[in-house]
Amino acid sequence: MANFYDKSLEELHDLLVSKEITAVELIQETFDRINETESAIDSFITLNEEKALAMAKAIDEKGITEENILAGIPIGIKDNIVTKDLLTTAASKMLYNFEPIYDATVMEKVYQSDMIAVGKLNMDEFAMGGSTENSYFKETKNAWDQTKVPGGSSGGSAAAVASGQIPLSLGSDTGGSIRQPAAFNGIVGMKPTYGRVSRFGLIAFGSSLDQIGPLTRSVKDNALALNAISGFDPKDSTSSGSSVPDFTANLGDDIKGMKIALPKEYLDKGVNAEVKDAVLKAADTFRSLGATVEEVSLPHSKHGVAVYYIIASSEASSNLQRFDGIRYGYRSENAATLEDVYVNTRSEGFGDEVKRRIMLGTFSLSAGYFDAYFKKAAQVRTLIREDFKKVFADYDLIIGPTTPTVAYGIGEKIDDPVTMYTSDILTIPVNLAGLPGMSIPCGFSNDLPVGLQLIGNHFAEDTMYKAAYSFEQVTDFHAKKPEILKGANK
Amino acid sequence: MAIREEQVDHVAKLAKLSFSEDELHQFTEQLGEIIDMFETLEEVDTTDVALTSNITDEINVIREDKAVKGTSRDALMKNAPESENGFIKVPAIIDDKEGGA
Repeated sequence: MANFYDKSLEELHDLLVSKEITAVELIQETFDRINETESAIDSFITLNEEKALAMAKAIDEKGITEENILAGIPIGIKDNIVTKDLLTTAASKMLYNFEPIYDATVMEKVYQSDMIAVGKLNMDEFAMGGSTENSYFKETKNAWDQTKVPGGSSGGSAAAVASGQIPLSLGSDTGGSIRQPAAFNGIVGMKPTYGRVSRFGLIAFGSSLDQIGPLTRSVKDNALALNAISGFDPKDSTSSGSSVPDFTANLGDDIKGMKIALPKEYLDKGVNAEVKDAVLKAADTFRSLGATVEEVSLPHSKHGVAVYYIIASSEASSNLQRFDGIRYGYRSENAATLEDVYVNTRSEGFGDEVKRRIMLGTFSLSAGYFDAYFKKAAQVRTLIREDFKKVFADYDLIIGPTTPTVAYGIGEKIDDPVTMYTSDILTIPVNLAGLPGMSIPCGFSNDLPVGLQLIGNHFAEDTMYKAAYSFEQVTDFHAKKPEILKGANK
Repeated sequence: MAIREEQVDHVAKLAKLSFSEDELHQFTEQLGEIIDMFETLEEVDTTDVALTSNITDEINVIREDKAVKGTSRDALMKNAPESENGFIKVPAIIDDKEGGA
């Protein structure tokens, strides 16, 4: 049987429409590939083999039309997106046995498009972390080098796509959790505008920051996926009524005259020299395509990390109070009173990083500290939003590195929260302002991928896809494959 | 600001978490470093700056006052650690001084 894991979604679709392959064969091949590579990558918490094959059979029987572009396509789902009757753990002991009784809105959209959910992907517990080392279940490995972290918290979603297990996955991004693992694994990851994709059924972390988005191997695949999952949802009161354009419509249009901003703070001293070099070369590529690229300033961005950890942790401490051992999930055996049920369940059920964030959030919101921490952070957040607003008055797009360094070694930063937190310094401001941000491959350092971050104005994902596609057409970073994929092609 | 172990212990109580002495010591150190980072915000002038708590333009999202079907009790009970006759069972909440439940 042919290898399907380096084909684009359109190529797979053509094979399905022409009946050169069936959906059942495609899904079977996907599970074969996962079985071959899972011991090296460890990206899945739960596989959905039986139901996925039944779904594929039903789709084959119904027939795949030319218009139904994503029908039969295998997709992996980050394990904080609830899936009816399919284990959903958020990578936590707290939800080790949780089988939701409803589907998240994005899952309804996935199924309406006839995509096939092949399994649930590993992540940092409750999406808290930047390396997927905080999972209760396993440590996912980087697709390019299995001694390196895949990034986080959507590390499973990124490594599964980059290693050819699946062509497409869904992740979630609160402070960079789609873009940073996409950068570390050399793929395309999009965090859409806050409100573009429904959060109904996403296990909440930082509610004013969280957003679901797709991870893929190419820009066009990504745009096709975002088409399928976007749109207003009455079940999510923060979901936007903005119309959803066809994100593939402008791909291939030239970007002559596009005004691109490069913030000087994004190339500051913390950014590795080779990463900086790759980004500056990317800026030149955009110039050669007819865009102007000029330096701008986002003066408050350096405060993003502090603002983020106060706001996200405060929201998390409130969101995670629902995990009390009463209605679902883990319950401590060691409890004589109701207070014991709460305290022992939470102390035994949450991992250290989650406890750290709950503690930070509870502290920031507690009497005597609220004004100094939470209120101050919410004010600086306003200044960060205004910085972006000023730039977008004159520019169509902002570019910069996605991360200050390439993927680092497993175990290297796990005991040093402050260092781990500052590695999100370039992605966090985007979430604070609710803007769309994406990462695409733009180079290599020590044979590991470098990510270019593109930031758009609210609801301007189409502009970002257009620019990213133009870049992809004249560069070959996305075409370079990790060894694990090369080996499989032999 | 150095945070003290007593303060961390107090916050843990509010958050319904408990820590061993070693854990409390380690958390105090780590939280102290993170809170030092938080304090860099002091250098930002925020006089008359409004708070951002919501980043959408939506205000007071309401829906039609129409009854919708609830979730079946049996389905809800599927994930409860322990249940009986359609009720969730929890350990006794009144300590009878003989070991509680």
